[in-house]
Amino acid sequence: MTTLTTTTATTSTPGTGIAPAPARAKLGAFTAESTFIARSFRHSVRDIDAMLMAVLLPTMLMLMFTFIFGNAIDPSGGYVDYVVPGIILLCAGFGASSTAISVSRDMTTGIIDRFRTMPLRSGAVTTGHVVASLARNLVATGVVIAVALLVGFRPTATPLEWLAVLGLVALYILAITYLFAAIGLAASSPEAASGYGFILLFLPYLSSAFVPVETMPTWLQWIAENQPITPVIETIRGLLMGTPIGDSAWWALGWCVGIVIVSVVWGGWLFGRRAGRR
Amino acid sequence: MTVAIDTHGLRKRFGSTEVLAGLDLSVPAGSVFALLGPNGAGKTTTINILTTLVRPDAGIARVAGFDVAASPEEVKQRIALTGQSAAVDEVLTGTENLVMMGRLSGLGRPQARDRAAELLERFELTDAARRRVGTYSGGMRRRLDLALSLVVDVPILFLDEPTTGLDTRSRQELWNVIRSLAAAGTTVFLTTQYLEEADRLADRIAVLDRGRIAAEGTADELKARIGGDVVELRGADGELLLELPTDGSVHGLRAAIDLLDRSPASAIDGTQVAIRRPSLDDVFLAITAGAAASAPELIESK
Repeated sequence: MTTLTTTTATTSTPGTGIAPAPARAKLGAFTAESTFIARSFRHSVRDIDAMLMAVLLPTMLMLMFTFIFGNAIDPSGGYVDYVVPGIILLCAGFGASSTAISVSRDMTTGIIDRFRTMPLRSGAVTTGHVVASLARNLVATGVVIAVALLVGFRPTATPLEWLAVLGLVALYILAITYLFAAIGLAASSPEAASGYGFILLFLPYLSSAFVPVETMPTWLQWIAENQPITPVIETIRGLLMGTPIGDSAWWALGWCVGIVIVSVVWGGWLFGRRAGRR
Repeated sequence: MTVAIDTHGLRKRFGSTEVLAGLDLSVPAGSVFALLGPNGAGKTTTINILTTLVRPDAGIARVAGFDVAASPEEVKQRIALTGQSAAVDEVLTGTENLVMMGRLSGLGRPQARDRAAELLERFELTDAARRRVGTYSGGMRRRLDLALSLVVDVPILFLDEPTTGLDTRSRQELWNVIRSLAAAGTTVFLTTQYLEEADRLADRIAVLDRGRIAAEGTADELKARIGGDVVELRGADGELLLELPTDGSVHGLRAAIDLLDRSPASAIDGTQVAIRRPSLDDVFLAITAGAAASAPELIESK
């Protein structure tokens, strides 16, 4: 190393000039958002494993509950009608939780630093992840509902009620997506981030998704009745099957909107704290 | 605009660690400026502050004439950053990465495509253009990373250890690109651990040590700081046995040779003595003495 200065010779190759670069121009109103949405869509489509997992896992669970446990739980054969709303949420929630992996990957690879040193609206990257997650999980939910109809799910919902179901599922996906975007920021690595997704595989078991809350031990009933998934499931079940909804709809809306607000604030705080510190 | 970047008393602390302890810098527009320092000296933190990623605790930093804390958006309009870890999207292809960057920089779709093709060609990535970046080698990633910073014309380019992990040939290519950018008027601010890189590339060099600028100037000025020639003793196989800096005077040279005579190493058969100009290594080690573990023993005996 000590003789570097005397042994080196400059090897400037001619013709290394780069064509003059175009000037930076002002972006269209939603160019940043649409570019990031396109990016996240490409990510979703190319991560076939995650997509398959998000659709297959809930479908297998549904088939398992319907054909293996179903008759033991409800010998009349109507269990599929009871379980599908829970499966829909399990599917949407588990799928949306993969947002944590996408966000964590952005943070750990350093690409976020490139975006943040560009004159872009902050939050545009997240918008990309959120929109892609919404689309991805609505498709997955559609597949699950289609399979459910094939195996005997017979909802009684009117078109308007279907629309309400769609709206609530979308809101639920948004809540979980924003929550897991924040978890992705808090996680130390994409691998760690993916681990948290299992919360959403198991939380539905502690709700009215698979068995009525009344059949649980008292202490568990309290948890099941007061966790966010139960009112969402009860509302969807009410809309699809005509069971009483009561005040569940308000609780469902409240929980989802609340989770979105808390997650966005928490995420913003985490982002500011983590930025530039890797 | 004659000064592209200047900072006064820049301070940053992470927890109990003071990373920057009052940094003063001035980078003339259109020059290549190298911030040289060992690991942990605060190089990346400096870049992060200058590129608006991190807020300084105290002090002022102006980039392209704008205060990074007060007008980050104005600064962002005028800079590009190629950070230490390759900031590329591994799921997308090379072309998709570049087109995305073009779109985010306000280029129309066709224009972004043309520019992407141009840069892929320039960085010899055309063959890999349609492959996912996840399959690229380290060198290819680094080249794409730099290409992404050149999608649109920016007055000031920040490169954080741009050639770390590159083979010799890729490093040479990158140096050529940086030179041609500077020749075209771009201010290039780079950090490096490689003295050779700073020596050959930079118009001005600042040595960062423990959060402060320990020395600043052209490579020649810095070398002059350490004084005169260095007497070195090499073994029969050319391995370096001893290095003795002198103050350049006849007296100093004689003193060094006397010291050499008394050294047991000179008694070994086949040793050779040579006198050479000081290298940036000598400067660097002299300035950051203590921080560098591999400092030759006698370098501080001066």
